[in-house]
Amino acid sequence: MFEIDAKGKHFRDLNAEVREAVDKGEKEISLKNVNGQYYIATGLCGKLDITVEGVPGNDLSAFMDGPTVTIKSNAQDNIANTMNAGKIIIHGNAGDVLGYGMRGGKLHIRGDVGYRVGIHMKGAKRQSSTIIAGGTAGDFFGEYMAGGVLILLGLDSEENAPIVGDYLGTGMHGGAIYIRGPVEQKYCGAEVGVMETNEEDAKILKKLLKEYCEDLDLDLDMVMSRPFKKLIPVSSRPYGNLYSY
Amino acid sequence: MFKSQALPEYRATIDTDKCIRCKRCIQNCGWSVYSWGGDRVQIETSKCVSCLRCYHYCPTEAIEILKEETTYKPNAYWSYNHIRNIKRQAETGGIPLMGMGSDREGIILFDHLLLDACQVTNPSIDPLREPMELQTYLGKKPSKLEFKHDKKTGKRKLTTKMPPNLKLTAPIIFSPMSYGSISLNAQKVLARTAKECGILMNTGEGGLHEDLKPYTSNIIVQVASGRFGVNPEYLNAGVAVEIKIGQGAKPGIGGHLPGEKIPLEVAKTRMIPVGTDALSPAPQHDIYSIEDLRQLIYALKEATNYKPVSVKIATVHNVAAIASGIVRAGADIVYLDGFRGGTGAAPGIIRDHLGIPIEHALAAVDDRLRQEGIRNEASIIAAGGIRSAADAAKAIALGADAVAIGSAALQTMGCTMCGKCYTGNCSWGITTQRPELTARLDPEVYAVRLSNLIRAWVHELMEVLGALGVNAIESLRGSRERLRGIGLDAQTLDILGVKPVGR
Repeated sequence: MFEIDAKGKHFRDLNAEVREAVDKGEKEISLKNVNGQYYIATGLCGKLDITVEGVPGNDLSAFMDGPTVTIKSNAQDNIANTMNAGKIIIHGNAGDVLGYGMRGGKLHIRGDVGYRVGIHMKGAKRQSSTIIAGGTAGDFFGEYMAGGVLILLGLDSEENAPIVGDYLGTGMHGGAIYIRGPVEQKYCGAEVGVMETNEEDAKILKKLLKEYCEDLDLDLDMVMSRPFKKLIPVSSRPYGNLYSY
Repeated sequence: MFKSQALPEYRATIDTDKCIRCKRCIQNCGWSVYSWGGDRVQIETSKCVSCLRCYHYCPTEAIEILKEETTYKPNAYWSYNHIRNIKRQAETGGIPLMGMGSDREGIILFDHLLLDACQVTNPSIDPLREPMELQTYLGKKPSKLEFKHDKKTGKRKLTTKMPPNLKLTAPIIFSPMSYGSISLNAQKVLARTAKECGILMNTGEGGLHEDLKPYTSNIIVQVASGRFGVNPEYLNAGVAVEIKIGQGAKPGIGGHLPGEKIPLEVAKTRMIPVGTDALSPAPQHDIYSIEDLRQLIYALKEATNYKPVSVKIATVHNVAAIASGIVRAGADIVYLDGFRGGTGAAPGIIRDHLGIPIEHALAAVDDRLRQEGIRNEASIIAAGGIRSAADAAKAIALGADAVAIGSAALQTMGCTMCGKCYTGNCSWGITTQRPELTARLDPEVYAVRLSNLIRAWVHELMEVLGALGVNAIESLRGSRERLRGIGLDAQTLDILGVKPVGR
């Protein structure tokens, strides 16, 4: 375990130090005393384990391609911006605009998340993105979603209490959103169909949530104990009729 | 069948005496205007867009494409386009889409600007016999230079660390056009030419195809709101990264690549389902302020070990203040895309009514950055309707470091500005993904034509510099004293910072 003390360091110096360690072949890096530094693990590639102690700043793991980043506390905005592969585990809450344009990898958050989470997430057969948040989420969850899986659990909420905001899945044209709680159509985008989950969904959920529970030390049976709603796009071309050619 | 009240714009005609029934027109037309009627070619003229592919490939010159003479009753207020659009909207309920830049009539400032020349008192230079420097560097320039005097050798050594700059052999680059909006072959033409001529092409927002990798030292990669094809490899592949905020043809709205242009290969590079519309959201949802923009600029710099970052915006009313914010946010290049800028698809109402022309915007931005003492912090690229080397020279005199061309480059590949790029039927194989059409555009052949254009413009620019009596493009840059305005009102002249002719 290679340790870097982030205390009092500008993000540019801290991240240059991290990159230098990676170039030297360090595979396990621990960042101590992190206090709001931006861009931690941004643009890093390959198999690495990075542990963050303290609260990291915005744009953590932007464009990241491979590493696993563990944050033991809360995290801020813009995490996993256009991330390509790897995993981020956050033991606390996280802020707004998480996983914007995310192309692959996993973002596991124990607590609540803010507004505009999972915008324009993508996924294809070979590579797909997953975001799982354990708490509640704000408005515009999964807006413009094009692929991947977005799961919201509401673990700390009462059964049947609303756990997600307005404009859910607006402009969605691919992928799937699973909500472990009530979903009212009036809070969804017009492009979204709300369905009951079937056996196929249960399999997908179980597989993804098993890993999530292992990462965050949760009981899978407890997580699976409430029913999920599934949200998918009703049209692959939500705006196909908007134009006159 | 219901016959549209939107009149056909063109009339495709075949002289049956000259026609040898070779059916080449049927093969060549991407719009299915022609079909075989058993003994002769049948024509469905309402489908014709006047792209002239059939005209050029008819071996007997039997084809003529005419402007349809049947028209609505002429009316000085209700123009043909007004009436025709109402008919279209009545039939579809949709927003009329347009391709290419705005073709609206109106004052074109480039045509009201005239360049100076030397006579008697200061000698002009003959560019054929004397060196003429067009080399251009894009990026931050240091505000001061520091040197160290070496006592032993007696020489001075530069100690200022120079910010990264992009080196161009001429102040011309290609504007961003994505794989998806244009074909891969069209991108290859741009990439080959950029390499050949020592300039740059830009991927647009559609990823970097495997086949373009040999050209990456002449490629700028783009990051826009859809984040299509963006990963660390992509960001580091090119010489710089561009953040696209807006486009001159459609300021304030996002991108919308119709599903017709999303076959498997494009879907793969964009990571979206086949046949869906590729939606680039209107704003970048992580940028709601200059501070947010700064955050993304530095995220890209961190991810690329501090390569230059360009920020592209559409020129809108408050462009000078916005550009100042972009420079202060850390951008190395500000790309201004004017009102006449091209597009593969834009709602007509947006294209023809939003934004301001590049000439005004360029002058305003250059002025503002100079007033604030930050003009050296970023280079300015002017785009949006550069039609000729003359436009380029005038833009540079108004304050641009370089110009970007899109439509002009496509015209060397056969484009006639028919403006139907959004249908994906381009008969020239440019703005289509239909394999039988894209196969027509041989990158090797057309790169020669595009290289010819660049070479011709380079010669023209040299001629202009020679006439102005300067031997480097640097001497023309921002030199508005060498421009005069003709037929412009006092306020416009004031904004442009040029004197009227005769003064």
